[in-house]
Amino acid sequence: MEFEKYRIEAENICVDYNGKVALYDATLRLKAGQICGLVGMNGAGKTTFFNALTGFVNLSKGIIRINGESLKTAQQDQSVAYVPQNEGIDSDFPINVWDIVMMGRYGSMNILRSPRESDIQAVKNAIGRVDLLEHTFTPIGNLSGGQRKRTFLARAIAQRASILLLDEPFSGVDIRTEKLISELFLEFKKEGKTILISTHDMIHIREFCDLVLLINKTVVAYGDTSEVFTPENITSTFGGMSPDFLFGPES
Amino acid sequence: MDGYFLSVNINSFISEPLTHDFMRKAILISSLVAAVCGLLSSFLTLKGWALMGDAVSHAVMPGVVVAYALGVPFSLGAFIFGVGSVALIGFIKQKSRVKEDTVIGLVFTGFFALGIVLVSKIKSNIDLMHILFGSPLGISLSDIQQTIFISILVVLLLSIFRKDLMLYCFDPRHAKTVGINVGFLHYLLLTCLSLAAVVGLQTVGIVLVVAMLITPGATAYLLTDKFDRLSLISVLSSIVSSVLGIYLSYWFDIETGGSIVLVQTFIFLFAFLFAPRYGIFKFKKLLSSK
Repeated sequence: MEFEKYRIEAENICVDYNGKVALYDATLRLKAGQICGLVGMNGAGKTTFFNALTGFVNLSKGIIRINGESLKTAQQDQSVAYVPQNEGIDSDFPINVWDIVMMGRYGSMNILRSPRESDIQAVKNAIGRVDLLEHTFTPIGNLSGGQRKRTFLARAIAQRASILLLDEPFSGVDIRTEKLISELFLEFKKEGKTILISTHDMIHIREFCDLVLLINKTVVAYGDTSEVFTPENITSTFGGMSPDFLFGPES
Repeated sequence: MDGYFLSVNINSFISEPLTHDFMRKAILISSLVAAVCGLLSSFLTLKGWALMGDAVSHAVMPGVVVAYALGVPFSLGAFIFGVGSVALIGFIKQKSRVKEDTVIGLVFTGFFALGIVLVSKIKSNIDLMHILFGSPLGISLSDIQQTIFISILVVLLLSIFRKDLMLYCFDPRHAKTVGINVGFLHYLLLTCLSLAAVVGLQTVGIVLVVAMLITPGATAYLLTDKFDRLSLISVLSSIVSSVLGIYLSYWFDIETGGSIVLVQTFIFLFAFLFAPRYGIFKFKKLLSSK
């Protein structure tokens, strides 16, 4: 069947909050090993798009299929991992790195969520991959922005999801984290994971996004980065402002 | 000699009240209720549900009155009205433009008012003062049985779903993406809240039960960065407050509910001032800078 080739298939999805339209007629298709950038202004529907893909809001129209299956099936299969923005996290919560990463395994544990040996190994391995072993038992409140970001990335790794959704992965992180995340993305790509990232940073888009989805309440342009990521398209995505004005002349 | 007198005094301070049957019962039941409320408190503090706790605890009032009038267990009535009030809050919020805190405030005061009106209209042996301010010293046998049953139920639920509830408080979206039923957890926490309000109102009454549900958690929140420890501190401070509150109430002849909550508040203030890391005076810093 045609749709089984796609990891993510969102067809003409619409979302409204109490009658206010947040996103309409948005379509996105991504295959294994593809990295797609999600670009738009604040309020253009980026977060809504993520909300729809994680099942956090109901669609008023359209359909989403993950690996050819329903969203519910995808959730039960642990297929989708969401890495939140730093602002979306309560950094005063009494919890440490280990416990957060372990939450990536909850979906496949028993009802008491008591970790098996394999879960412990997965968590250790994930923390190692984001280079946080020395902070394994550090409370989240004592981590830097970059370390916090890496913690949630480790949770997604521990979850062993085939699809990663990352909300502003590069905002408020240090250079070391930025480099580490970039390297991880390339590894994920090789492993055949599908990645959707929202970002304000145009340089990162050109660096490793195969595809780019420009949105402003609906899809402005979608396709290969080299073809779609043009000054004209960016300008219309950002409501008429030129990319020079937005990101400086070099972009 | 002074030391001897002091030890005799402290000894009698503790043991003398225990010679009365009603005091033993009150202390036991209040400790149990305190433990349940303290445990739940650690979740409510993290979820930011203080106002919700206030709402539910007030909204159970008409349920208690109706249940007494009909002769059914008052916990049943209280539970129905507690959950009902939350459903109503959700409904009005969704269907109107009124902001959530306003909706919460108007729904629970409405329910509370209904309760007071019902008490004045239904002639029965309900003592309004007992419902409003609690009466741990006059607790009946059937009330004790109900309280023990509900307490065990709540502790069991909170223990089984402890990790899921923690995840729900911390990051509900992640819970959803890994296939955990977030709606179920939401209503589970609400159910426990209603049940805890029901048992709590017996010791401190409807007006002050919200303190049992938020103060111990808030105190513990200032003292630790670990969730397990937070729950433990919350439960312990809650039990200590109840026992001490009852003793003070006995010796100084003061209202019991008020006394318990006042002790809780003092413990919170102490933590607020002297907590090693998060207190105003930050003792850890002072010590390490020397």
